[in-house]
Amino acid sequence: MKVDPATIEDVAKLLYIRALKLLPDDIKLGFSRLSANEGDATGRSVLATMVENIAIAERTNNLLCQDTGVPIYNVVIGRGVEVDGVALKAAIARGCEAATRGHPLRSSVVHPLTRINEQTSCGRRVPVINIDFSEQENALTIEMIPKGSGSENGSFLKMCIPAEGIDGIKTFVIDKVMEAGGKVCPPTIVGVGVGGTSDLCMHLAKVAATRPLGSVCDDPEGARLESELSVAVNALGIGAQGLGGDSTAFAVHVETAATHITLNPVAVNIQCHSARRATVTIALEGIRFGF
Amino acid sequence: MIHHHLVPPINEATARALHVGDTVTLDGALFGIRDATQIAMFDRKRKTQFDLRGHAVIHTAPNVRKVELSPENPAGFAPVCIGTTTSARMERFTRPLMAEEGVRLIIGKGGLGDASKAAFTEIGGAYLAVIGGTAALETTWIEAIEDVDFVDLDPECLWRFRINGFGPLLVGMDAHGESLYERVQAVANARRAEVLARLGVRS
Repeated sequence: MKVDPATIEDVAKLLYIRALKLLPDDIKLGFSRLSANEGDATGRSVLATMVENIAIAERTNNLLCQDTGVPIYNVVIGRGVEVDGVALKAAIARGCEAATRGHPLRSSVVHPLTRINEQTSCGRRVPVINIDFSEQENALTIEMIPKGSGSENGSFLKMCIPAEGIDGIKTFVIDKVMEAGGKVCPPTIVGVGVGGTSDLCMHLAKVAATRPLGSVCDDPEGARLESELSVAVNALGIGAQGLGGDSTAFAVHVETAATHITLNPVAVNIQCHSARRATVTIALEGIRFGF
Repeated sequence: MIHHHLVPPINEATARALHVGDTVTLDGALFGIRDATQIAMFDRKRKTQFDLRGHAVIHTAPNVRKVELSPENPAGFAPVCIGTTTSARMERFTRPLMAEEGVRLIIGKGGLGDASKAAFTEIGGAYLAVIGGTAALETTWIEAIEDVDFVDLDPECLWRFRINGFGPLLVGMDAHGESLYERVQAVANARRAEVLARLGVRS
């Protein structure tokens, strides 16, 4: 199957706008679950306002949140897909810019030193484009994540040492959730990376933070850890928006990677309650959008 | 818990009448400011044409559409989506905003820290919490973008919005040294040891 860069540009544009406007069903379900269990009156009221906002965004065809985020595109290329990789990356950037100028969207992206905003949502190495491969025949999927900055500032890495063990990992996650408090727009998905190198560990935390609610780490040890930590963070009392209650996080998600005998790295990357993502699958049968 | 309806500019006594846990709805004018706006104002000493005395500011950088000048869009910008950003990054600007510009109310999310609490107490002001990430809702409270200063900082300009029923907002910090955020942090600090023990962490 041959994929044309013009198609990529088109879907890259549509994905950005779709992600900013429609919240995935798993996140909506997450709100229902938290609301049912929230014991604090302020917490219930905050969650109700968030749910109302989702409905208003759909009804008024508006963005859920004003933060258009850092655009991230995760591309997965299946077997038998023919695509010019260089052209694909350029097409994604063009689509991202087209969404920004056309809708219009706030360009939230600036040069890190000059702070100059090109008003395109693009810049050096942005949009972030991750490329991976899958067994799937004749299918190319793109997941778009507009990563909000309030929660992206809730990013932390610690190169724990082996002597600190799993206790060091658990303590770090709890302490960072406390430090982030209401700044990261709770309820959140707390993404935790464990193992790897420093850069892989941080990347895994982002993968974990942007995984759908209800998904489980495919490493049984990681799955056990995420289940324990999910209960623990909601016992802290930080609550929705950091105003108190039981709804600090929808979940803690963990991703793991093998690491070095001397290393015990742990990373935290937080996703706010506006846990936006959109996907598209380009296949022989046609183009299908989803979450 | 009292609900206050305010139309800024307000005076010191009105600001001091707000207490943590009260709610507030605003009408009239509201000014949008952000990191770059305040870096320009207080680090680079750029003077704004706006008189902020007694006013409310909101930590924001909006999505806007450039349009022809008209009575509906007197500044040439139409609102698209306007919401609230994390306040904590702008902690060090609270005092100059109040002392030099006369601002009385700061609207944001996530709360501010000790330096802001001291400024609210000494000068007379309050922090009003809006629910972060609910920008589609907030946008329905904004009637128009009336004026804009520092337009070169787009989207981090100093925006003057005309608002209609902006709220309810929760008083998160008041002029009496109270902070909801501190109370919640104290709860979390008190529970930390037990949470870690339940996770099997050896102390």
